Amino acid sequence: MTLMQTCLYSRHIAAGGKMVDFSGWQMPIHYGSQINEHTAVRERAGVFDVSHMTVIDVIGQDARAYLQHLLANDVDRLATLGQALYSAMLNHEGGVVDDLIVYRAPEGYRLVVNCGTREKDLAWLQQAAEGFAVEMMEQAELAMLAVQGPQALSALNQVLPTDVAQRFKQLKPFECLFEDDLVIARTGYTGEKGAEVMLQKDAACGLWDRLLEEGVMPIGLGARDTLRLEAGLNLYGSDMNESVKPSSCNLSWTVVHNGRNFIGEQALINRVRTETEHKMIGVILKERGVLRSGYPILCDGNQVGVVTSGAFSPTLQSGIGFARVSVEETSLTQLSAEIRGKLVPVTAVSLPFVKQGKAVYQLLAD
Amino acid sequence: MAEVRDDVRYLASHEWVKLEADETAVVGISDHAQAALGDVVYVELPEVGSRVAAGDEMAVVESVKAASDIYAPVTGEITAVNMVLEDAPETVNEAPFDTGWFVKIRPDDAASLESLLLPSAYQALCESEV
Repeated sequence: MTLMQTCLYSRHIAAGGKMVDFSGWQMPIHYGSQINEHTAVRERAGVFDVSHMTVIDVIGQDARAYLQHLLANDVDRLATLGQALYSAMLNHEGGVVDDLIVYRAPEGYRLVVNCGTREKDLAWLQQAAEGFAVEMMEQAELAMLAVQGPQALSALNQVLPTDVAQRFKQLKPFECLFEDDLVIARTGYTGEKGAEVMLQKDAACGLWDRLLEEGVMPIGLGARDTLRLEAGLNLYGSDMNESVKPSSCNLSWTVVHNGRNFIGEQALINRVRTETEHKMIGVILKERGVLRSGYPILCDGNQVGVVTSGAFSPTLQSGIGFARVSVEETSLTQLSAEIRGKLVPVTAVSLPFVKQGKAVYQLLAD
Repeated sequence: MAEVRDDVRYLASHEWVKLEADETAVVGISDHAQAALGDVVYVELPEVGSRVAAGDEMAVVESVKAASDIYAPVTGEITAVNMVLEDAPETVNEAPFDTGWFVKIRPDDAASLESLLLPSAYQALCESEV
């Protein structure tokens, strides 16, 4: 099977990228040291090639009604053009099909969904559109760069054309601007200030080069994962999948029950009555080591949960992770993780761990 | 291309070992190994004075990617461990053949090193693994 390459492939090689197979794409896991790249984003600015993600425009008369039915969050929260919203879309059992960002665009809405779930999502979107006058148009000709860090906004201001930079300066978090094919949104996956830029493929290398000239560092997927983990942001496939409902993976805040009867809504209501509840917490290892996905979480010798995502946190200099634990059986002050046969105590904490470079987590009590 | 030092012997599990003038064997992991592991964040070293048998798990390297066991290349006694790795585990990535050494062993039989992989054989092994 031939791997796909983004339009920035030559730039990754030039920057010393160690390329790996990421859901069928050749992507850089790092350019030398994922820890250095992580620190660069927390302290200065980094640029990520996220062109492998899936961009789908939803247009048509019923676009709004369709998305109100499809998504667990309410697109009416996008009061005006140029706003973005994080949402999950659920299956009929209330499990998560994918998480995504939806933007209110000049001609309808734009969805950015995960790379690994592209085919599943496209099929799901088509199926759910039955009865709605709506069309799905995948924008496969676009590249996407994320620029994140305390110096990200000023670097972008330096490299964008003057008139676009003026508009960009006005954007608040979760707002976006549309300038023909260029879309710039104050969104990100790192917990730092910054933006995500969608643009024509043939303009992407130029923007990348100009950002590097401004001192922005190229950042690989390894650091992308440790940054989002510190920022308390979920990763589809690790923290949730189709058998996990929003309340079990810290996504309740993205679900709005307001009579829209969105897909999965009734199932969520029914399930609360009948099953053991779980919640997702942050955990920090009390000793040296690294938490990894799949490690059991125990309380008083009994397994009460599992690590869903884990890594070494360069900012906290500790192993950290997300853990999905049973609400009933868990005493939050008595938890350990089983690491290669050994029980290691962990501290249960709120999420996020880190915001704008600083530790912000709180210890959880019972 | 990963560096393959030519004054040491190798294990197929990517450790290198070098006999010093005082007949102590210094052990570390190769450049190929550190690159495959990614950033090293913790190293668990054995106790000085403990004995190991050739092929025993002797140390653990925890990187951002995974935890890996490090195997003893010879039977003998651990005479020293590299405490630098406690506070600066990234030394393994930066200088795997030099300041990133793991342990020193006084081998029961120094001649047993002769049966370990020559640099050329190790190089061929790495090339076949790619």
